[in-house]
Amino acid sequence: MSRIACKGIWKSFGNTRVLEGLDLEVPDGAVVTVLGASGSGKTTLLRLIAGFERPDSGTILIDDEVVDSARHFVAPERRRIGYVAQEGDLFPHLTVARNIGFGLARRERTSGRIEELLELVGLKGLGGRYPHELSGGQQQRVALARALAPHPRVVLLDEPFSSLDASLRASLRFDVMRILREQRATTVFVTHDQAEALSVADLVGIMSGGRIRQFAPPEELYSRPIDPTVAQFLGEANLLRGRAARGAVETALGTLPLGDGNRSSLVGPVLVLVRPEQISIQRSGRVPVGPGAGEGATGRVIHREYYGHDCVVLVSLDGAEPAVRVRCPGQAPVEVGDAVALQVTGAVVAWPAEPSGDPLRR
Amino acid sequence: MSVRAVAANGGTGRDTGHDGVRGSLRAFVSGRRRHAPWLLASVSIVIALVLLSPLGLIVAQAAQAGWGQLWSVIDRPFVATLLWNTVRLALVVTLLAAVVGTGAAWLTERTVLFGRRVWAVLLIVPFVVPDFVLAWTWSSVFPAVHGYWGAVLVMTLHLYPLVYLPMAAAFRAADPGQEEAARGLGLSRWAAWLRISVRQARSTLLGGCLLVCLALLAYYGGFEDLRYQTFTTAIFGELQTQFAPAVASSLSLVLVALSVIVLGGEAVFRERGRLQRSGPMAQRAQTPISLGRLGVPALVAVATLVGFALGFPVAVVLYWMVAGGSSALPAAVSLGAAAGYTALYSALGALVATALALPIAMLATRHPRRWSAALERSTFIVQAIPGVVIGLALVYVASRSLGFLYQSPELLVAAYVLMFFPLGLVAVSSSVARASPRLEEIARSLGKGPWSVRVSVTLPLLAPGLLAAYCFVFLSAVTELTATLLLVPTGVQTLATQFWAYAEQGVSFGAAAPYAATMMVMSVIPVYLLGRWFDRRFLAQPGERSVLEVLT
Repeated sequence: MSRIACKGIWKSFGNTRVLEGLDLEVPDGAVVTVLGASGSGKTTLLRLIAGFERPDSGTILIDDEVVDSARHFVAPERRRIGYVAQEGDLFPHLTVARNIGFGLARRERTSGRIEELLELVGLKGLGGRYPHELSGGQQQRVALARALAPHPRVVLLDEPFSSLDASLRASLRFDVMRILREQRATTVFVTHDQAEALSVADLVGIMSGGRIRQFAPPEELYSRPIDPTVAQFLGEANLLRGRAARGAVETALGTLPLGDGNRSSLVGPVLVLVRPEQISIQRSGRVPVGPGAGEGATGRVIHREYYGHDCVVLVSLDGAEPAVRVRCPGQAPVEVGDAVALQVTGAVVAWPAEPSGDPLRR
Repeated sequence: MSVRAVAANGGTGRDTGHDGVRGSLRAFVSGRRRHAPWLLASVSIVIALVLLSPLGLIVAQAAQAGWGQLWSVIDRPFVATLLWNTVRLALVVTLLAAVVGTGAAWLTERTVLFGRRVWAVLLIVPFVVPDFVLAWTWSSVFPAVHGYWGAVLVMTLHLYPLVYLPMAAAFRAADPGQEEAARGLGLSRWAAWLRISVRQARSTLLGGCLLVCLALLAYYGGFEDLRYQTFTTAIFGELQTQFAPAVASSLSLVLVALSVIVLGGEAVFRERGRLQRSGPMAQRAQTPISLGRLGVPALVAVATLVGFALGFPVAVVLYWMVAGGSSALPAAVSLGAAAGYTALYSALGALVATALALPIAMLATRHPRRWSAALERSTFIVQAIPGVVIGLALVYVASRSLGFLYQSPELLVAAYVLMFFPLGLVAVSSSVARASPRLEEIARSLGKGPWSVRVSVTLPLLAPGLLAAYCFVFLSAVTELTATLLLVPTGVQTLATQFWAYAEQGVSFGAAAPYAATMMVMSVIPVYLLGRWFDRRFLAQPGERSVLEVLT
C-alpha cells in the first residue's frame, strides 16, 4: 500500500515542546507501533500525519507526495487516511451502517461495501444500531470499519484499546490486527502498553524526548536496546554496574559474556542489562553448571509474586547492589527467606556507564 | 502550559493550535499558522456589543435628564418603599422556591413517591401559566390574595419550576457511588445526601435561585394584578399615567443595579462551587428511598403544589371560558389573529436569538481563552436587564433616531432577542461543548471537506441544543407581557396584550380567558421539549436524537 516519511518534525504547544526534530519512516504495508509514555507526543505525531495539526517545521510525505511542508499542505480529507481514536469517536447521530458509510461515495454505500465491512469486523446485523447501543469493544470495531471503508492508504490507531478492560482488549487486538494484516494496510499504532507494542508490530519505535529513540523489529529492540532507558521501557530489566574487559563483563552476578553487539569495543565501567528470565534460581548448594553459564552468585529471597504461568522472585544479593528480579517458569522453587544461588544464561548487553544520567540513581 | 500539552497528547482534541504569542509568531512566519477565528471573533464581538447596547442607552437617557435630577428622583421615600418591597419579596420568594423546588425534586427523583414519573412532568408544567394569568386567576377568585403575602404565594407557585427543573436533573445525574462512599465513611443516608448530592448541586441550586430572583425583578403584570408595588409597576405608572419618561428611566437604573448585584453575587458563589464528576465512568442507577409513613403526607404536599400552581389556574380559565359571556366586548383583533401575531413574533425572536447565540457559543467553547470567556459571560448581563428597561431603551432609540422603527414588528422581535438571548446561549453552549471537534476531524479524514463536515456532522450534533434554545426563547416570548405592552405595533394585539386589555380592567373575565388558554397551549410543547432536553443534558447520554424524534 503506502509509505510514510516524517522528516525533522518540530511541534510546540505554547512554550511546551512536544516533538523535537522527529524522524520516522514507515515502510509500505508495515505495522508500526510507536511506544511512549503518556505525554510523550505520540498522539501529536498521529494528528500531524492525519493533517489535524500542522508542525512548526519539518516535512511529512505519504507515498513520496509531500502532504505537509513549509509550502505545501494537503487537507486531511485529501490524504486518504483512516483514523481510529482512543474512544472510537463514532458519530452519535448516525447508525452503525451510516457511520461506516460516511466516507463512501453515495453509490458505494449501496454496493454492499458496508455489509462487507460489518462482516469483516464481526458485527453482521448490527448496522441499524446507534453507537450508544453498542459496547465499548463493538464501538471500536465500528470505528475500524469506518476507517477502512474508503480504502485508506494508511491507517492510524491512537491507543484504540486503552479504554477497554484487559480481557476484551487482548481479543479485540487480536481481531483488529488480523484484519489490518489481511487488508495489507500500512498501519501506525501508538500505545503506552509495551506488551501491546511488541506483540502486534513489524517495527517498533520508542518515543521519548520528542524523538524516536530506537526504531527496530520487536525482537531486536528487546534483546539489543540502544540505551538503558529503552531497556527499562521494554519489559522488566535488571541494570547492574559492572566492569568490561575482553568480551566479558564482571558483575555481582558473576562474569557474563557480552553479546555480539559490543563484544570487543567495550572496556571499563559499564551498565549491564540482565533480563529476569535470563537468570535461573536454585536453593543454595545445588547450582547446576551448564554450557554457557557463568559462575553465579548467592543471595536471599525477599519477595515473591505468583502469576500462574510463571512467577517473579526478588533476590537481595549477598554483598552489594540493588535486589535483582528473577523470572522462573511455573511454581517458584523457593520461598521468601530462602538462601539461593543465581546463575545467568546467555550473553548480556552493556553500555558504558555515564557519570551523569545514571538510571540506577533515579 | 504543561497541562495543555498533556491534554493535547491525551487526544482531547481541543484546539491548541494558537497558544502563546511566540508560538503563533513562529508559526506565522513559517506560513503554518492555523487560521485564527477572526471572523468568528469579530461577529461575536459585534453581537455582544448589540446585546449590551440597551444598558448604554438607559444610561444615556438618564444622563440627558441630568444626574442631579436623577438623584432627586431616586432620593425619595417612595423609592425606599419600592426598594423594600422588592428586596423583601425577592428574598422570601427565592428562599421558598429553593425549598419547594429542591424538596419536590428530591421526592420525584430519589424516593418511591406514588406516581413520581407523572408528578415529574406535572411539576414542570406550571411554568407555562404566565405570572399575570396565575395572579389574575387567584385574585379574581380569592380577593384576599393580594399585597405582599399574595405576591409571595403566587410568585412561589409560578417560579419554583426554575429550581425544580435543574435540581431534578442534577439529582438524577448524581453518582450513587459517591453517596455510597460517604455512607461507607460512616455518614447516615440523610447526611450523605446533604453533604454529597445537595452540596454538589449547590451551583445548580444557585443558578435556579438566580433565575427566580431576576424574574421577580422583571415581572410586571402579576404584581399589577395583586396590587403590589415594585419597581416595574412604578416605572409603568410613571410612563402611562404621569408621562414622565425621565423618571421612568431613573427608576430603571436602580432596577438594573439591583439585577446586576444579584447576578454578581451568584457569579461569586458559583466560581467556588464548581464541581465535576471525575471520569467518564458508566453510572449505576440509583435505588429510590422508601418514604414509609411519610409517603401519604408527601403525596398530599406534591398534589397540593401542582393543584395550586397548575390545576387551579387551568380550572379558573376553563370556567370563565364556559361560563363567562365572551361576547361582552368587541376585540381589537380576533383570537386567531392574536395567536398568529404571538406565534410569528415569538418564532422570529427565537430564530434570531438562537442564530446569534451560535457564534458566541462556538467561540467560547472551541477557542477557550480568557477574552472569549469574558465575552460569553458579558452577554449574560442582558439577563439582568428587565423587559421594561429593554422596552424603554428601544422606544427611546426609535423615537430619537430611528423613527421608522417606532411601533414596528422588528422592534418587538429585537426586544425578544435581547431579553431572551442568554436563555438561548445556555442551551446552545451545552450542545456545542458536546459536538467534539474530534468528530469533525474524523469526518475530514474520511474525505469530507470543511463545509460538508459542518452540514453532515456539526449541525446534526448541535440540533438538539439549537432546538432547545429555540423552544426556550419561543416559550418566554409567548408569555412575555412587559416589553410587549410597550412595543406592540399599532393596531396589533398579541395574546398577552389582548388578555391584559380585558383582564386588567376586570371588564370581562370571560373574554380574557380564551387568550390565556391559547397562551398556555402554545407553551406546553416547548416546555415538554425543554424537560426532555434537561434530561439529556445532565444524563450525558449520546442518544440525543430522541428529542428530535419528538418533533418528527
